[in-house]
Amino acid sequence: MLITSSLTRRNISRVKPQSFSFFSSSIEVELPKFKVHRLEESELPTKATTTKSELLNYYKDMALMRRVEIVSDMLYKNKWIRGFCHLYDGQESITVGMEAALTMEDHIINAYRDHTTAMGRGHTSYQIIAEMMQRSTGSSKGKGGSMHYYSSKNNFYGGNGIVGAQVPVGTGVAFGIKYEGKKQVCVSMYGDGAANQGQIYEAANMAGLWKLPIIYTCENNKYAMGTSVERHAHNTDFYKRGDLIPGIRCEANNVFAVRELYKWGKKYCTDGKGPLFFELQTYRYHGHSMSDPGITYRTREEVTEYRKTQDPILLVKKWILEHDIATEKYLKEIDKEIRARIDEEVEQIKNDPMPAPEELMTEIYEGQETEKPYIRNVDMISSINKNFE
Amino acid sequence: MFLRNAYRKSHASTKRFFASVAVDYDFSETPNLDEIHLKSPKKKTKINLCTAIRDAMDTAMETDDSSIHFGEDVKFGGVFRCSVGLLEKYGNDRVFNTPLCEQGIAGFAIGTACSGATTIAEMQFADYIFPAFDQIVNEAAKYRYRSGDEFNCGSLTIRTPCSAVGHGAHYHSQSPEAYFAHTPGLVLVMPRSPIQAKGLLLSSIRSKDPVIFFEPKALYRIAEEEVPDEDYEIPLGQAEVLTEGSDVTLVGYGIQMRKLILAAEMAKKDGISCEVIDLRTILPWDADTVEQSVKKTGRLIVSHEAPITNGFASEVSSKIQERCFLHLEAPIKRVCGYDTPFPLVYEPIYLPDQYKVYEAIKQTVNF
Ligand SMILES: Cc1ncc(C[n+]2csc(CCOP(=O)(O)OP(=O)(O)O)c2C)c(N)n1
Ligand SMILES: [Mg+2]
Repeated sequence: MLITSSLTRRNISRVKPQSFSFFSSSIEVELPKFKVHRLEESELPTKATTTKSELLNYYKDMALMRRVEIVSDMLYKNKWIRGFCHLYDGQESITVGMEAALTMEDHIINAYRDHTTAMGRGHTSYQIIAEMMQRSTGSSKGKGGSMHYYSSKNNFYGGNGIVGAQVPVGTGVAFGIKYEGKKQVCVSMYGDGAANQGQIYEAANMAGLWKLPIIYTCENNKYAMGTSVERHAHNTDFYKRGDLIPGIRCEANNVFAVRELYKWGKKYCTDGKGPLFFELQTYRYHGHSMSDPGITYRTREEVTEYRKTQDPILLVKKWILEHDIATEKYLKEIDKEIRARIDEEVEQIKNDPMPAPEELMTEIYEGQETEKPYIRNVDMISSINKNFE
Repeated sequence: MFLRNAYRKSHASTKRFFASVAVDYDFSETPNLDEIHLKSPKKKTKINLCTAIRDAMDTAMETDDSSIHFGEDVKFGGVFRCSVGLLEKYGNDRVFNTPLCEQGIAGFAIGTACSGATTIAEMQFADYIFPAFDQIVNEAAKYRYRSGDEFNCGSLTIRTPCSAVGHGAHYHSQSPEAYFAHTPGLVLVMPRSPIQAKGLLLSSIRSKDPVIFFEPKALYRIAEEEVPDEDYEIPLGQAEVLTEGSDVTLVGYGIQMRKLILAAEMAKKDGISCEVIDLRTILPWDADTVEQSVKKTGRLIVSHEAPITNGFASEVSSKIQERCFLHLEAPIKRVCGYDTPFPLVYEPIYLPDQYKVYEAIKQTVNF
């Protein structure tokens, strides 16, 4: 089941396929070699098959995801978005590949760089941007802002601001899966910097002991804030850091490598073989957050070079062109369509209301919604439930 | 609908308020020469709080070869640029980045401190100090006591940016001092201004007890003062009376002092005379100074950003009630954050601003 294609249908429906035969032959893609730890390389897939429509959908999904980040960047600079905001552009193939292998019955928990992950779990671009702009139409009613996306319906546990904290939580979720005998997997995501937090290994030890269906997923985007992996990690082979737990390193700019890896991993876990450590090699284009220009600790050339040679969207585009699935012009039209669509959404979001001030006091404890506390506002006149006058 | 409009309005007035605090209102002070002993009081430079912190670390490292500074990204200055230039001056051995692991950083810092290095560790944000909670509370605070002073980590200082910043939301805004104020053995300090920051940080680094030095991050850039260039210390454990008054005592620390000063000025126009006290050191705190003041004014208001329940204001209120019961003319009031997580969009409503303090002053005086 591809949430991604429904996402695309919802968001860019007006672009109609032109005169291509969509469902004809399947296309074979060779996968980059995986690196393995405590596994045989021969166990892993080497090829993926895809179709024309699938490739085009991947393109649309990733282009949409990227556009959301670019627009967020602009909105932030124009002060429409406040707070701390971390963008995911450059890493889109991870969400799309992973979601193509998993179902909404599977579980995902992530850190704070999660706008795109949330889109993969069914949030619309509208909800994502509205949340960042602190509108009640946002994913978390505008109460969280960037970082704070969740979906109980689609088993997405957030959106966690404290680096590393989500990993043991995911391990508990995996225990729940096993306890209930379900054929599901939990993907617990963290960064290369987070890989230095002790609680990850406390959690992995439990998962190893109890053979839990969890894939510890380290998104190695080469930097933790301004510190490169060589300078923050003694062992930079993040896929080996589960010790006795088998691990795999994947060139994650390739959406098919990610997809096939997670298909394989899900089978491994649901077969009851226990946890896995995946290292997804990727790259973030933006700085760490909006206050980081992203070029003081790495060169502009490094970023440009990656964009030019390894960009996950360009890779999909290359396949599309190679297999004559669509013309460059057609892809440009998709981009244009997405652009227009998001611009339209942003204009609408600007008129959406902020959450009502009473909500300051709700959702801290169960059942608080019915209470009517006195809230002293900045100007007395607008205070809530004032017991004077 | 009414509420929404009202909220929009309040949003606008908050913006005006911040603008006025940042631009119009001059909070700069001259050093209190009774307390700060200066050799050359004329030599001073206008710097902000961030630079004052840097200046203090520079002075500490220059005067003490055994001092080291580390934390996440501090080599490049840290996220707030408070340690810019220290690497160039003192080199890799003394100024270095750690991996992202707060519990490890705190434990490591205790180790370097108890083995002789004057240790200045940074926790990137006070919101991220919690993974280090065990090390600080169980290891650092109790080292002297549990070892019969075989070991202590008195040369440890943990610096951490705290409190609201306008848009920090849940994980970049918290003021966690009260959690640590429940821990004998720790010293907690929070400065209100650049002059204070430099002198208090130097004392903290040189103190023989482990100190957590909370830096109100909203002040890093906006608070500017003529700070003495030389090496000076401001004593720990001593509150400071900023304005003398006769009707009501206002007690706070850190950025909250600005709100208290503004409220006191509003009250002055109504003919109410406020005595404003900055605790500066939150633990162990200077109850004597507050007691003296309250015995004179008969009224007390304590204020901080952190949530009201079990915030440090509770401690101040209860101890002063014990000491001053027969002098009190009105119940002691606390003006603090609400008992909620630190909010994103509601920050202006959440914060105990000068209007809330002013309202409390009126209520207390008219009790
Ligand atoms: C416990 C904790 N410490 C510090 C931070 C501040 N911080 C947020 S992200 C980050 C770097 C994380 O890098 P990495 O894990 O590689 O993830 P990436 O940002 O590259 O996605 C830091 C230091 C935090 N949020 N939580
Ligand atoms: Mg990283």
